[in-house]
Amino acid sequence: MTTQVQYPFDQALIESFSVQNNEPDWFKNLRLAALEKIDVLPLPNPDRTKIDKWNFTHFQQHAQASSVYTNVDQLPEQVKSLINVEGGVKNLYVQHNQTAGFVSLSDELKQKGVIFTDLLTAVKEHGDLVQKYFMTNAVKVDENRLTAFHTALVNGGAFLYIPQNVQINEPIQTIFVHDNADAPLINHVLIVADKNSAVTYVENYFSLNDELEGIANIITEVIAQDNANVKFGAVDTLAKGVTTYVNRRGYAWRDARIEWALGLMNDGNTISDNTTNLHGDGSFADTKTVVVGRGKQIQNFTTRVIHHGKGTEGFILKHGVVKDNATTVFNGIGKIEHGASKSNAEQETRVLMLSDKARGDANPILLIDEDDVMAGHAASVGRVDPTQLYYLMSRGISKAEAERLIIYGFLAPVVNQLPVEGVKKQLTEVIERKVK
Amino acid sequence: MAGSTLVIKDLHVAIEDKEIIKGLDLEIKPGEFHAVMGPNGAGKSTLASAIMGHPKYEITSGTVTMDGKDVLEMEVDERAKAGLFLAMQYPSEISGVTNADFLRSAINAKREEGNEIPLMQFIKKLDKTMEYLEMDLNMAQRYLNEGFSGGEKKRNEILQLMMLEPSIAILDEIDSGLDIDALKVVSKGINAMRSNDFSCLIITHYQRLLNYITPDFVHVMIQGRIVKSGGPELAQRLEAEGYDWIKKELGIEDEIEVG
Repeated sequence: MTTQVQYPFDQALIESFSVQNNEPDWFKNLRLAALEKIDVLPLPNPDRTKIDKWNFTHFQQHAQASSVYTNVDQLPEQVKSLINVEGGVKNLYVQHNQTAGFVSLSDELKQKGVIFTDLLTAVKEHGDLVQKYFMTNAVKVDENRLTAFHTALVNGGAFLYIPQNVQINEPIQTIFVHDNADAPLINHVLIVADKNSAVTYVENYFSLNDELEGIANIITEVIAQDNANVKFGAVDTLAKGVTTYVNRRGYAWRDARIEWALGLMNDGNTISDNTTNLHGDGSFADTKTVVVGRGKQIQNFTTRVIHHGKGTEGFILKHGVVKDNATTVFNGIGKIEHGASKSNAEQETRVLMLSDKARGDANPILLIDEDDVMAGHAASVGRVDPTQLYYLMSRGISKAEAERLIIYGFLAPVVNQLPVEGVKKQLTEVIERKVK
Repeated sequence: MAGSTLVIKDLHVAIEDKEIIKGLDLEIKPGEFHAVMGPNGAGKSTLASAIMGHPKYEITSGTVTMDGKDVLEMEVDERAKAGLFLAMQYPSEISGVTNADFLRSAINAKREEGNEIPLMQFIKKLDKTMEYLEMDLNMAQRYLNEGFSGGEKKRNEILQLMMLEPSIAILDEIDSGLDIDALKVVSKGINAMRSNDFSCLIITHYQRLLNYITPDFVHVMIQGRIVKSGGPELAQRLEAEGYDWIKKELGIEDEIEVG
């Protein structure tokens, strides 16, 4: 592949962006080194979806100043409803396109040494920590063209650090509000949970306007040190015209646990990679994902758990509804490396088809390079079960309402696991709107 | 509600082009309890499913009316709203939908919009009924029938019956898979429904259930037809002597399965 692509960015643009933000040299150099790799690296290769014609890298301008949200009152109503305002806003970061809004973190957590800030500030003020974990463990700069693109051009995001032995009970929340399509959302969330710590985190990617077009390149890295416990929730609702690459990765050390609850409700074409690397012995991953595909949307969801450590456990659950002319591919990969004895890789993928023209593909893969392990998978693609419909209707419930109940129940596993009531409600409403 | 009358005339039902019910007549008046008994494969459960409108069963001829209205023209949910209820032999499991939410949707489906059952009234009635059926109150918050044991599912069917208060209930082998204690509880629930406004069609393989629920009429079904009707004493004779004497008396030959 030697065709010369004309990108809307170059070294000068990146340098000037970096200087404007007063970024330290190491970060600027990381960007510039990544820039060199964009052209030579291939696009990611999501199984069963062809993406070479998709636009992941072209945009009007790299960053544009948006109005700064300085408190909750300034937030649009739809965003406000995501927050538990009663009893005061606790631990929250809100970002407007690329512009960092306010961060709130309780005094108690500050005293305990918890760090929670926007990413570009973290690069400056907590450079040692960020440098150690940013694109080093979970995601690598040179994995593919989009990870290199991300590193070179990252223009927003958040950093959360939980020190050793700190257990946080209140959820930590981020909201990324998107209402300007000219500038790409190249967003990075880095969560580092130090030894024996515990945290529950939930994030929203939220398009305010249904008609937006543009690109989103999102990378989230969750590092769980020995015996740390991270519960991660997300609801994505980016607009129809937004092409999204979203890569959420976990890296678990000894006896660490990472639990994902992902409501992936974008309306545009989306490539999602959610991988957990069970590096340490006895580490654990549970990943629950629900998705709805509608319109002409093409989506590919790859969920992967890689077992390196001994006695590791990985559970994948994916439930998807596909309607209209949408195409949705679900790749579930359980990989047990040589030496990861006594490990257990389980996965379940269920796809519900609501139209004749929709396409759904469940693709379970077990890659096992060790004898003494357990593994299992279940996958199905089908329609709403007529026997279930009959059962509900035999109690007087109309066909439409019976279908609604069955579909809602089918997508419930993630809703039930989200830690913030407002976000739970939002996902419920989004599901109802999308499957109607 | 003043009860309903269900009239079945010359009913023929097929599944996948195989005729199972071959001309069946039955009339159930308000307040009456009818039991339909018969050997395996007689078509008893097919009768129950056909009346309720299971999509797999095809009515090839005959009529079913309720208070003169054509039941076969109705959608399944309309049959329920008209006052029919079927306690199923194999209730479906619905993940993600709690028992309580489902029951409230079902009750409200029968009521006019804007006249939904008040939440507190619903909870009180649910708690009371569950206690009556000796059910763990936590079962209200569990997903509908998901992971329920056979006995729990049957109790849950009776819970629905008592919450929805239909005018005619069909019980399809409600006794199968129940131990004696569960059978007593289930029977207690059904007997509590007895009134001039409530009638019941009990489909069973065993006379045992009829020790706890006394039917007014007993019908014997063999090879897709009701071949003999009588009172409760008929059930006792069947329990003691089996079905062979009836076949002999009526000259019915065993069908030979082909294929």
